[in-house]
Amino acid sequence: MSMMNIFNVSGSAASAQSQRLNVVASNLANADTVAGPDGQAYKARQVTFQTELMGANKNDPTAAGVRVSNVSEDQTAGRRVHDPKHPSADADGYVTYSNVNAVEEMVNMISASRSYQNNIEVMNTAKSLLLKTLQMGQS
Amino acid sequence: MLNRLTDSLDFQAQALSLRSERQRLIASNIANADTPGYVAREMNFAQALKEATGSGQPAATLVSTAPGHIAGNAGGSGGTFSTLMYAAPSQTNLDRNTVDMDRERASFADNTVKYEATLRFIGNNVKTTLSSITGQ
Repeated sequence: MSMMNIFNVSGSAASAQSQRLNVVASNLANADTVAGPDGQAYKARQVTFQTELMGANKNDPTAAGVRVSNVSEDQTAGRRVHDPKHPSADADGYVTYSNVNAVEEMVNMISASRSYQNNIEVMNTAKSLLLKTLQMGQS
Repeated sequence: MLNRLTDSLDFQAQALSLRSERQRLIASNIANADTPGYVAREMNFAQALKEATGSGQPAATLVSTAPGHIAGNAGGSGGTFSTLMYAAPSQTNLDRNTVDMDRERASFADNTVKYEATLRFIGNNVKTTLSSITGQ
């Protein structure tokens, strides 16, 4: 049943997209956090997708799922604001915020949710086709 | 005798299995819409159906010019791999991904309808056979 594999393929993609959405959520939640006691502010995280062949035959390119190969941290310096009265200010009176770019994260979120929807729709169509296949010759 | 009854179904059965394979291929393309470096693939359906029903030359066979040559299949042993092609990218992308979501969605809908059509052909074929058996 080669159609059964569609659920693996689209399911892996949906799971990867939901992980991406999760990372976006933690980035947005930490958009305004300041440097902790160690002097390190939160660093924005980013997922990287990779193709994963999931057919019974390992060379079959027609069943290509997705997996998250790694989650990397954005190493650019955080936003620094001069605020000497802030409890987390350093000796020069600067507060270091996280390096999350809220606009980029919102775009990322919309893209992830659209891709998620696409994969769910593919699964719904495959399901209705399989159900119709099961009723073949009965009507 | 019995195989005469089912022979007419064979063509539709091959078409149905190829349709389901194409459905999976398009699902893979949609799943990898955000994977960097992924190259979208598309199936040459007419060629694949010709090969599957044995009424055409396989897409990539080695020409043998001497009696000692072995017949080779460039696509590997698996049936429809040789009819897979890379879809021509319509818009370039920074991460070298060539999935065009509009085209994939259209192909997916097209393939869904044709899969259901094939299912209905088979269903009606069975119905015709049954009614000719029962004579009613």
